[in-house]
Amino acid sequence: MIADTWLPVAVVLSSLLPGLVIFFLAESRIRLRTTLNLIGAFAKLALIGVMLWGVLHDHEYVFTHTVLPGLDLVLKADALALLFVTLSAVLWLFTTLYAIGYLEGAPNRSRFFGFFSLCVTATVGVAMAGNLFTFFLFYELLTLATYPLVVHRGTEKALRAGHIYLAYTLGGGALLLIGTVWLYGLAGQVDFAPGGTLSALTPDTAGQLQIIFLLLIAGVGVKAALVPLHGWLPLAMVAPAPVSALLHAVAVVKAGAFGIVRIVYEVYGIEFAQSLALLLPLAIVASITILWGSLRALFQDDLKKRLAYSTVSQVAYIVLGVALFGPVGTIGGIVHLVHQGIMKITLFFCAGNYAETLGIHKVSEMNGVGRRMPWTTLAFTIGAFGMIGVPPLAGFISKWYLGLGALEAGMPWVLAVLAVSSLLNAAYFLPILHRAWFRPPPTAWPHEHIPLRRGWETAPLLLLPPIATAAATALVGLFAASAFSPLDWATLIAGREYLQWTP
Amino acid sequence: MTDWLDPLPWLIVLPLVWGALAFVLGPGRGARLAIAALVLQTLLALQLAAQLLEHGARAYAVGGWSAPLGIDLYVDGLAGVMLLLTQAVALPLAIYARGYFAATSKGAELFWPITGLLLAALNALFVSADLFNIYVTLELLGLAAVGLVAIAGGTAPVTAALRYLLATLLGSGAYLLGVALIYGTYGSVSLEGLAPLMNEEVPRAVVLAAALMLLGLLLKTALFPFHFWLPPAHGGAPAPVSALLSALVIKASFYLVVRLWLDLFEPLTTVDAAQLIGALGAAAIVWGSLLALTQTRLKMLVAYSTVAQIGYLFLLFPLATLTPLSATESALQGGVMQALAHGLAKAAMFAAAGSMIVATGRDDINRLGGVGVRLPLTLFTFGMAGVTLMGLPPSGGFTAKWLLLQAALESGQWWWVAVMVVGGLLTAAYVFKVLRRAFLPVAEGDSVTPVPRVLEFSAFALALASILLGVFGAPVMDLLAVGRGA
Repeated sequence: MIADTWLPVAVVLSSLLPGLVIFFLAESRIRLRTTLNLIGAFAKLALIGVMLWGVLHDHEYVFTHTVLPGLDLVLKADALALLFVTLSAVLWLFTTLYAIGYLEGAPNRSRFFGFFSLCVTATVGVAMAGNLFTFFLFYELLTLATYPLVVHRGTEKALRAGHIYLAYTLGGGALLLIGTVWLYGLAGQVDFAPGGTLSALTPDTAGQLQIIFLLLIAGVGVKAALVPLHGWLPLAMVAPAPVSALLHAVAVVKAGAFGIVRIVYEVYGIEFAQSLALLLPLAIVASITILWGSLRALFQDDLKKRLAYSTVSQVAYIVLGVALFGPVGTIGGIVHLVHQGIMKITLFFCAGNYAETLGIHKVSEMNGVGRRMPWTTLAFTIGAFGMIGVPPLAGFISKWYLGLGALEAGMPWVLAVLAVSSLLNAAYFLPILHRAWFRPPPTAWPHEHIPLRRGWETAPLLLLPPIATAAATALVGLFAASAFSPLDWATLIAGREYLQWTP
Repeated sequence: MTDWLDPLPWLIVLPLVWGALAFVLGPGRGARLAIAALVLQTLLALQLAAQLLEHGARAYAVGGWSAPLGIDLYVDGLAGVMLLLTQAVALPLAIYARGYFAATSKGAELFWPITGLLLAALNALFVSADLFNIYVTLELLGLAAVGLVAIAGGTAPVTAALRYLLATLLGSGAYLLGVALIYGTYGSVSLEGLAPLMNEEVPRAVVLAAALMLLGLLLKTALFPFHFWLPPAHGGAPAPVSALLSALVIKASFYLVVRLWLDLFEPLTTVDAAQLIGALGAAAIVWGSLLALTQTRLKMLVAYSTVAQIGYLFLLFPLATLTPLSATESALQGGVMQALAHGLAKAAMFAAAGSMIVATGRDDINRLGGVGVRLPLTLFTFGMAGVTLMGLPPSGGFTAKWLLLQAALESGQWWWVAVMVVGGLLTAAYVFKVLRRAFLPVAEGDSVTPVPRVLEFSAFALALASILLGVFGAPVMDLLAVGRGA
């Protein structure tokens, strides 16, 4: 069927084409720009809906284009791809709505939304890449598309952050390229396939495969902000709030984490990676990142910076889950890919609302903000509780499975890491909540831009997206056991990665 | 096929004709004629490529007289690819130049006639089948290029042109000396006739001849350390001229090095010589990039970037000399892909830089503030061309880098991997140095005036082509394989 080939391409084009048109629109064409953005976002969701149904019924959607002999560009919608595609498409819709509200009246919006669409295009490509080459292609495209967003404000600080962002990500990209070419030289075309393909190689390549693994993981680890490659992330928070949401939840760090998932499960294969003794070092790096990120978050007064360090820590949960040998750990890691996205985007939306509405940038300025902005603060509270892992919210589900997975993998020390990290999460989130709800508000806010109007604590387009994602945080936790929940889908994926295991 | 319908001779005759007519008609009508003729030339080059894919490589005897009495032309896949590149770069640049000279006016009356001559010499060079004919086309090409550098007039351009003249004459002199030695030894200059005579036991004179010819061509290609003449010449000329020179003219002498090294002197090549050339290439990459980083003038930055990018071309030789067959093949593909990608991207970059200079009224990287807001398309063009030069996907530059990396790993020469990766990162550093400035708001006292739309769009077309080359590179590689016995 033709649709089977072209659906993945259509998903990519649904944000690429509107993006390209938007570049050429005059600043003043607000309505047309908004329409194009929304048409793209909804078209993408509809197409993904069709593919979700298909993949559940064991349908394959594959598009192949030969760039050079032996070098194919492959877009493939499998279960793992759809998990990430769905996540970014849904969050993209919310982020677009939020950005329209956030940037109202700001300059250079055509450029912003153009690159914004390119960014999501690249993310969708990363998700649906069918082989390592295609993955690399979109991974680098993502770097290029996010740079103009990071420096969007054009201030010295933003430019510096952009510079550091580039230095890290292009360096990582170079490592990834070397690893990829090397692997192609050894194994021919490296397709992503459940269970991996490399175990078929002769044993004498084991040493090379270990070095290549290091190169690949270091390459994607930059975007996943694994310690010590995380330096760019806290600096990049100078970007506008929708961009932070994009970096932390929708696209960039997720692309890195997703890359690790692909490399471990579908290039090396989890069992082969275990036999090459690659998983334990990965688990250790992830654990260090979890603790270090949380620890640094404790000492940040800047709200967005605290959230950024929290991301460093939370994304490493995904990596930790990947590194735990056994299906339960896998489920924990993969489901956290979704859960972390929903929770973190809520928190960044809220941080943006505080800054845009009242000019609050620092934790120390948040006294009593819950009375002035109860809905935003409620959303923030749900997101924060989710991060700490309070049942029945999303974060609890992730941590529960990670803990069980650690026991299954025979690494009980991971439980200690999880416990300490949860305590640290509580230690850096609860004081914020205490200030916001229980301290008296100051006589005047730092810089009130948006006054209270007809019961709306801020602009509707700024308020509704975080409420929606906060609700989602609660719902995916509450209904984790039902069909089509992220947990259910992650279980499906794990079932396909471990051949001798049925959920 | 009737003889006069053969696209091959027309590719040489047409530019000569429109060049001469432009001299008579003046810059206005001359420009329109040139653009129309270039459309035709592009179609002819495409037709020739299709013929090559269908029937394979072939010779063409000029006027029906074949060698040794007449002149033989020979076209294979490699020549076909270069002809395509030449027309594909020249057409958008001609459209750009028409707008550019309308906006700045200096030197237009000479630009069109000399460009016609330049393109005729280029097209003839790619299809020449004997060493002496190559010399003639090379000399014509060099003189036309020097003339173009000088058309703006003024002290700096003329000084640069004279320096360039010295380099190009020295280069073709060394080449001619080599040709004379070979003719003295074998009494022939035909590539086809000489190739079977080459083996490890050739007389000393032939080895010397090969070395002289190679040296002359390296000087003309501005490979480090012979690059001294390039930045002032390319950086000082009007933007369309810089674009033509960087994109096409240096590729001609590179093409000859490839042809001589791989086809004629193949039995004489040694690993040591190839490693030496590769080392010069590596030095060019690092040195050119570092100097590009320190420039304050936009066009000088782009010119030093050419010095660096030339280095990548010469990595072909260590990777293709006495290495496994598959490595040799990917090295040649990678080297040629780099020539194509750099040709398109550098033409786009010089064109975009020219637009920025017209808009801001000065050639200064630190005064680019406001370009991002006023000329977003031009900035985007510059960025896209930069992506190709950095070798990031999806672009022709990436495909080239991929192939070269593959060849390096396959032949176990990991040191070239390091060079390419470092070079890519340095390229990113100087490209983003420009982009970052352009994102800043307009500085006080500066103004950014709009430029004609045609300048923006023709440059954009070139940059887009350099990107698309990476996605649709397979047919180009098929064409390249024609006549290479693979």
